[in-house]
Amino acid sequence: MNASAASAWSDHVVVLPIVLPIAVAGVMFLLDERRRRLKEALGLATLLALLGIALVLVGRAGAAPEVYRVGNWAAPYGIVLVADRLSAMMLALAGLLGLCALVFSFARWGRAGPRFHGLFLLLVMGVNGAFLTGDLFNLFVFFEVMLAASYGLVLHGSGEVRIRAGLGYIAVNLIASLFFLIGVSLIYGTMGTLNMADLARRLAAPAASELALFEIGCAILGLAFLIKCSAWPLGFWLPTTYAAASAPAAAILAILSKVGVYVVVRLSLLLFGAGLSEGFGQACLLGIGLATIAYGTVGILASRDLARAAGYAVMISSGTVLAVLGSGSDAALAGALYYLVGSTLAAGALFLLAEVLQRGRDPVEQAQPVFADEYRDPFDDADATEIGRILPAGVALSGVGLLLCTLMLAGVPPLAGFVGKLAIFSGLTGGTITASSWWLIAILTLSSLGTLLPLVRLGILTLWVPHDDPPPALRASELAALAGLLAACFGLALWGGPALAYADATVQGLAQPQDYIRAVLGAPAGGAP
Amino acid sequence: MELVLSAGIGILSAAGVWLILRPRTFQVVLGLSLLSYAVNLFIFAMGRLTVGAPPVLGAGAGTAIGTDNVFVDDPVTQALVLTAVVISFALTALFLVVLLAARGVTGSDHVDGQEPHQGEPHPGEPHPGNPHPGKLHP
Repeated sequence: MNASAASAWSDHVVVLPIVLPIAVAGVMFLLDERRRRLKEALGLATLLALLGIALVLVGRAGAAPEVYRVGNWAAPYGIVLVADRLSAMMLALAGLLGLCALVFSFARWGRAGPRFHGLFLLLVMGVNGAFLTGDLFNLFVFFEVMLAASYGLVLHGSGEVRIRAGLGYIAVNLIASLFFLIGVSLIYGTMGTLNMADLARRLAAPAASELALFEIGCAILGLAFLIKCSAWPLGFWLPTTYAAASAPAAAILAILSKVGVYVVVRLSLLLFGAGLSEGFGQACLLGIGLATIAYGTVGILASRDLARAAGYAVMISSGTVLAVLGSGSDAALAGALYYLVGSTLAAGALFLLAEVLQRGRDPVEQAQPVFADEYRDPFDDADATEIGRILPAGVALSGVGLLLCTLMLAGVPPLAGFVGKLAIFSGLTGGTITASSWWLIAILTLSSLGTLLPLVRLGILTLWVPHDDPPPALRASELAALAGLLAACFGLALWGGPALAYADATVQGLAQPQDYIRAVLGAPAGGAP
Repeated sequence: MELVLSAGIGILSAAGVWLILRPRTFQVVLGLSLLSYAVNLFIFAMGRLTVGAPPVLGAGAGTAIGTDNVFVDDPVTQALVLTAVVISFALTALFLVVLLAARGVTGSDHVDGQEPHQGEPHPGEPHPGNPHPGKLHP
């Protein structure tokens, strides 16, 4: 009895990353803004729990994906959540980044506007749902939840720069959502299903009709995701928006572009790994990825402040995964997934550091109230609301942090950025080497140099050049957030062997879509109530 | 029916695309609304066009119409449209709020938050959002 109850409980772990944040977010919207401490405690507990759940899922992820059928409806008709290695890995990444961004916001930014914590949890819920869902329409719904929350977070803190950036961001993403809908409806109109596993199964059968229209639908759907992961030439909105957003919002937004990357990886390998449309869009992805890396490198070289540089670093990391996916090498893709985790953490840390280092000089910070009834001046109540005290060694610690971020993003030894790039290169040169592999290796190497130079220059400008501004005051919660992200980067390098083995196993599983299809469509009954 | 529907989708999206490329934020909102109408109709069309067909199988459906499901409308696309309508409605409302905030903060309803710097305004475009039209022409 007890054993069966325990197993029934552990089955529901898959749905918790969605249910838990939305339930807590609902409670948060009921709480008054003055109960900030309670909200912070609730948010911290939720994100700690989410990170724990994600780690449990990472530990549990085996060869066969874990399928959760909501309401216990059979797969092509009901809604399924699928947790395989890739989903679990991305959940853990989202949990860690979310936790650190939230802890960072305790010091200042949580007070810069209303309903920050609720929106933050809704964003995390949308991201988790997008990683877990097994059908395209729920992917759309989770995308929209995530985007709606992100619109609020981009505008968090108000001010002219944010509103102007937010206007463009919302317009671009609304158009991307329309592309998403057109693509989804074309796929439904031609294939008659939106379940990813069912799509892959019908595509493997030789009687698939209207293949051209289906591929057009997939291409239009891909446009929506490429806009989201800010691939060239669809990603010009990203650096401006992320640089304008408040630091913790920008750090959690770094995972949003990885949602786009995740979906492209998932659908490419599931639908186009084999069958009638094998290799569809691969050459395009390679070209787009290379152009994204090149554009991001030029952009980061031209950046005048750290937050903008971090935005371009997000672009480069997305472009790297897209290009490696387009190159078609499984071993290199494993390296790219490992690189994706490290570079996302480092980019998030860089957004946080940029705010700490450029705090006194930030023109964004002069916030203007838009709605007087909503707005409390965020930083003038210098009462006992600060957590911890101002650390005197702020400059030194943030300098060390900047150095580590630079090493990670540029891919210089000894941190995980280097290990990831090395794994990509060795994967690309493992089998027969094509011309496109050399292009990819050349551009990745150049982008390392192109990332190293401007980050070092910006570091010298902010840390070593004397100026009249007061030194950055690093508060304990901010230090904890940065330390968490950078420790994760260290951990990724220290346990590089197991992490790379996990990434390898992830790609092995993705390259065998039959397992995924069998798990979703042929799952034995009785998994869920 | 097919011709009317496809012409409707085509005209709505053409007007929507033209409007979202215009420089004023309100035009962009209208363009996004028109585009979302066009997309919603398109989703309907992907469920195949039928007239007077119920979206559910009745009790006697099997005997009345056999296994031919032409007489049953596709309920999935209707569910998709319902979701898409709700989401696009909510996000249009949100966009309107941001539009008003941008208008209030920047004093301009241009999508860039400022008027173009050319001395002469574009002919036929009266700068409806500029609160100080005299400042452009001192």
